[in-house]
Order: sequence, then structure tokens, then C-alpha cells
Amino acid sequence: MTATPTAPPRVSTPAAAPAAARAGHPAAPATWVREPGSFAVPSAPPVKRAIGAATGLDRAVVAGSLVAASAMAWVVCFRLLPWGSVPGVVITAFVLFLAIVSVATSATSAGPMVVDRLASAVITGGAALVGAALVSTVVFTFVRGAPALPHLNMFVSDMAGIGPRDALSSGGVAHAILGSLIEITIAVAVTVPLGFGTAVFMTEVGGPFARVVRTVVEAMTALPSVVAGLFIYTVLIVGLGVPRSGLAAAAALSVMMLPIIARAADVVLRVVPSGLREASLALGSSRWRTVWHVVLPTARPGLSTALILGVARGIGETSPVLLTSGVASFVVLDPTDGVMNSLPLFIYTTVRSGEPLYVERGFAAASILLFLVLVLFVVARRLARPRTGR
Amino acid sequence: MTLLHSEAPARPPAEPRVLSRASVGADRVFVVGARAVGGTVLAITGGIGIFLAVQAVPTMRRYGFSFFTETQWQPEADTLGIASVLVGTVTVAAVALVIAFPLALATALFISEYAPLRLRSTLVSMVDLMAAVPSIIYGIWGFFLLQPAASGIARWLNAYLGFLPFFRVDTDPHAALWEQSRYTASAFVAGIAVAMMVLPMASAVMREVFSQAPIGEREAALALGSTRWGMIRAVVLPFGTGGIIGGTMLGLGRALGETIAVILIISPSFDLKFRPLEIGTNTVSALIAGRFGEATDAQLSALLTAGLVLFIGTLLVNTVAAMVVARSRSGAGTDL
Repeated sequence: MTATPTAPPRVSTPAAAPAAARAGHPAAPATWVREPGSFAVPSAPPVKRAIGAATGLDRAVVAGSLVAASAMAWVVCFRLLPWGSVPGVVITAFVLFLAIVSVATSATSAGPMVVDRLASAVITGGAALVGAALVSTVVFTFVRGAPALPHLNMFVSDMAGIGPRDALSSGGVAHAILGSLIEITIAVAVTVPLGFGTAVFMTEVGGPFARVVRTVVEAMTALPSVVAGLFIYTVLIVGLGVPRSGLAAAAALSVMMLPIIARAADVVLRVVPSGLREASLALGSSRWRTVWHVVLPTARPGLSTALILGVARGIGETSPVLLTSGVASFVVLDPTDGVMNSLPLFIYTTVRSGEPLYVERGFAAASILLFLVLVLFVVARRLARPRTGR
Repeated sequence: MTLLHSEAPARPPAEPRVLSRASVGADRVFVVGARAVGGTVLAITGGIGIFLAVQAVPTMRRYGFSFFTETQWQPEADTLGIASVLVGTVTVAAVALVIAFPLALATALFISEYAPLRLRSTLVSMVDLMAAVPSIIYGIWGFFLLQPAASGIARWLNAYLGFLPFFRVDTDPHAALWEQSRYTASAFVAGIAVAMMVLPMASAVMREVFSQAPIGEREAALALGSTRWGMIRAVVLPFGTGGIIGGTMLGLGRALGETIAVILIISPSFDLKFRPLEIGTNTVSALIAGRFGEATDAQLSALLTAGLVLFIGTLLVNTVAAMVVARSRSGAGTDL
């Protein structure tokens, strides 16, 4: 002990006050006004209180409840009641977990804590279920497609002359891949100028007519894809006598994608800061140059994302092509020349056939389609991300 | 003092410059071109709506109001009606919503409130990816992987909750050899597959609205000692009510029009029934996809009328949803 304040000093010196505080003596200083020096030296390095982090007890309660719930679920599902299936066990275990965790928490904490823990268990469980469903969809498709995918002929040959009993080492889905690519290319070639042009018209030109267009385009995004297919079927194939072909399928896809792309592009163009437009106009450039050199480049990542997501939607859409393209089993490169096939249509027909080998081919095609969509999605994400350094 | 202008300047009186909003040159081409493109798209999209409406006239003239009350679709007997498919559409959509709504809410809350910060963007991407997966993939997933498990759940519901009319299935759930086929190809299984498509749309809208909940109020709730759930209930959920309702309705719009996953799973039937667990149902879109091939002109126009009814239903749902979502937004500008 450095200082022993037997009697309270009349005026505490800068050195004595902190010393007294450190010593923890209850002796009150003569003056309650702390002197400047007393602020400088903290009595001890402050220990930050842990906030938001789970304590050991919390973790123990959750882990113990998990173990108890799974053990009880096993007893219930396999020993007491005939519920021994995967969903049965999972659901039972989850319900038991909720019950056990609320009892265990109420032993140590007050009511609001119990509700809080129940809520976070339910929310986390729901999110985990959704994640499991998504992962199971992707994994299931690739696992079921795996037997057929290693054969190179899957990618380079078509189904001409291939019957339901022919082994997977012959025949393939090249005609479906090519058909999908041709149809989507035509659809993009139609929808991009029209869709982006409409978006430019709605945001940059404006006026009462643009409001009418916007209302109608937004309304038509509600058009179910099967109705778009039926429209093209009725008008082109039944009405005008165009044969079922890739062109008709591309028309159906265009009708379906046009409102979607126009609306997405409209949303993107609308968030271009109007300060940029005004700056460009104030510098004396024309409206056209403003759109071409300022608005569109600013919106380019968003427009690319809108386009790619529209393509991903169009390439996977089955019902319009089901009604309009017919089913070809061989490579057709001319979209005006009779029936054509595409990946979703190939999957649909093979899976519906019920033949085991056809179903495997269908899953192989589904894997390819899913892979294409995943690639498009990743590209869209990359483009949408703002460039570093800006 | 010196006069700067000792004599009047010899210039004409100042005239205001002629200002005109009319565009000239390249701008004129741009405006006219853009207007032409907009007009084309208006003609295409509006043409579809008008075409559907016009096609409904002969159907209405031929079948009258009974088109909406007749359950059977028998072209050979010239009896066409959409009562049963409308009920089926609503049933599938209702099942999809009952499953998708709580899961979408949980996913959105998890991403915006519970997930660690560095995981958040990955999770958002996963939900978006879920929306990008083609519906046929969900169809084959539902048919091959989900159906066996779902029929077990359907049997459980029938066995223990079968006293409720909408969980009843016309078979004995306790039989030693239970008839699994009675529980498959039902509106329930199709509804689960459709829920997979509804979920990401609804969840994305909800999450976006939740993430806009004012940070000050969140911190205030936490500072007053509320738990995380207490903060969510007091701040996030009231703020996000519009997003929750609107997002769910946007998902409903998708659920109504879904075709291919439904047609892969269900076994078509035209009975007017309210038992989603039992085999057999039909929806408007599945009816169109199943019957367009052999349709005569009159039946084609009847199918188009059914499509128009579906379109109007979807449009109403989407419009209300957009209004609800728009009202819940703060409307903050994005100007520089």
C-alpha cells in the first residue's frame, strides 16, 4: 500500500486520489469534485461485457436438447408408434426439440427468454428445411443424371432410331440442346430490342402514352406461360397454318419473355440517378446522346442481369414449347423446318414415358439444363456485383 | 461622372430567344423510334389481352354462364365447364401457400435477423437461385423424390386428423397394406412442388422489406432490454406487414399459373372435390396443356376463355400485391 490516508487530506493531491480509489477505501474525499488527474488513470483495464454472444450455458441447453430430442424421436418412431420414415423422424425430433428446449430454458431463465429461444429454433428450423429442399433438388437431379452423363454420346448424338431399350451408350440429347439454344437465341433477338426499347421509351421519353404502355406491360407480366403458348398455338399454328416448329416455339417464348424483360429493364433504368441525366443535358448533349452515353452505360450491369435472368427463365420454361414446337427426335437446325425439340420438352416427354432408360436420359437432360441455368445465374451475379474500386 | 454610353447603341431591341420543347434532328428520330417500339410492344401485349377477351365471346354465347358452373370437360358430349378446374387451381394454390408462407417468412427472418453477416449475401443468392431453377426440375423432383415421402405424410394426416373434412381420403389408413396410390398424384403433392416456386419470390420480397426496418427503432427495442424475438415482433414484423402480405400474394400469382410441375404430378380428374390429399385433381393450366391437342375451334376458344379467367385472376392478385408492397415502402429517392 503506497498511501495510507489516515486522515482525509484537506485538498487531495493528484497522486493521492487515484491511489485512494485503487485501494478501494470507503473514506470519502473532502471534495466531491474530481480533479483532472483522476480521469487520466483508469482503475483497471475495462473488461468489455460480452453482448449478443451465447454463453456456455446457452450452448449446453441447446446441444443437450438436440441430443435428447433425437433419442426420444428414435424411441417414439421406432419403438412406440409406426412412424419410422425419414420425414416422420425429422418432424417428431423437431417437435420434441421445441418442447425440451422450452422446458430446459424455463428452468434457468424467465418467460421472454423461453419465447425468444423457441422463436429462433422455429425460424432456424424453417430456413434449414428450405435449404435442405433446395439442396436436395439440385443434388437429386445430378445424382439421377449421373449414370447417363459420363457417356460422351449424350452430348453429341440425337435420339434418331433410339428405342426405349437401347443402352445409354447410344443416343443423346444434342438435338434438344441445339433446339433450346436456337429457340432462345431467336427469342432474345426479338425481345431485347423490343423490351429494352420499351423500357427506354417508358423512362426517357415518358408522357401519357408511356404510362399506358407501362400499365399494359406490367399487367401482361401476369400472363401465365401456358396461356402465352396457347395464344401462339391458336394464332400461328391453327389460324395462320404455320407448322409446329422452332419458330413458333421462339414466338411463344418471346411473347412470354417480352413483358418480363421490359419490366425488369424499366425498373433498372428508373433507378439511374436523374442527376446524371441532368448533368449530361446541362452540358448540352441531346436526349439521344444522354440515353446512349449516360443512361444505358450506367444501367449496363442491371440490364445484363435482367437479360440473363430472363434467358434463364425462358430456357427452362416448358409449357410454351410444349404447345408450339412439336417433338423431334433428331437434330433440326432450321427453325422454320417442322418440329423441333428442346431440353425442357425432352425432359417432359422422356419422364412421362415411364421407360426406365428414357427416364435416365431425362434426368441427364435435366442435369444439363440445371447446369446451364446455374452458369447463367452465376454470370448474372458477377455482372450485377458493382465493380471494385468504385 | 462619365457617361459610358454617350449615344444609343445601334442594335435592334432585345427579343427573347425562341424556346421550344419540340425535339429536332437525331432527337426527333430517337423520340419517334422509341415511341414506335413502345407502340409495337403495346400492340403485341395488349393484342394478347384483346384476343383472349374476343375469344371468350363465342364460348360465352355457346355455353352461357354454365361454363363457370359445369364441372365436366367432355368435348364428345359438348359439355364444357371449368368449375372443377377452378376449384382444383385454388386448392393447389392454397396448399402451396399454406406450406410456402411460414417457410418463406422463416427464411426471410433468418436471413435478415439471425444469419451471420458474412453468410448473408450467400443465402440471398441461394434464395434467388431457387427462383431461377426451372419448374420442370421441381416437377421431376416432386414426382420422383417427394411423392413417396409426401404420401406417407398424407396417410398420417388422414389417419390422425381424418375427422377434418379436408384431410379425409376415401380409404382405410390403418389397413395393414395401405393403398399408397390413393395418396399420390394429389393436389397436396402438386402443392408442395408449387410451394418451391412460390417460396423464393415471397421470401425475397419479405426479406427486402425487413431489411429496411429502421435501425434506430431496432436499437431502441434492444436497448430497452427486449430479446431478439421481442425486437422482431415489436419492430420488424409491424414494419414489414405490407411486404409479408404483398410478397405472399406475388407468390400466389406464380402458383396460379404454374403448369408443368402440376401436370407431371397430378392425375387429371374432373370431380368437384375439396380433398387435397386424395388422388386426382386438375388445374386450369394443366387442362390447357392436356387438352389443346385434340381441340376443335369451339373447344380451343373455350380453352382460351379458361386461360383468360386464369389471367384475370393472376392479374388481380398481382395488382393488389403490387399496391400493398408499394404502400409499405418508404419511397426514399435514389437521386445523387
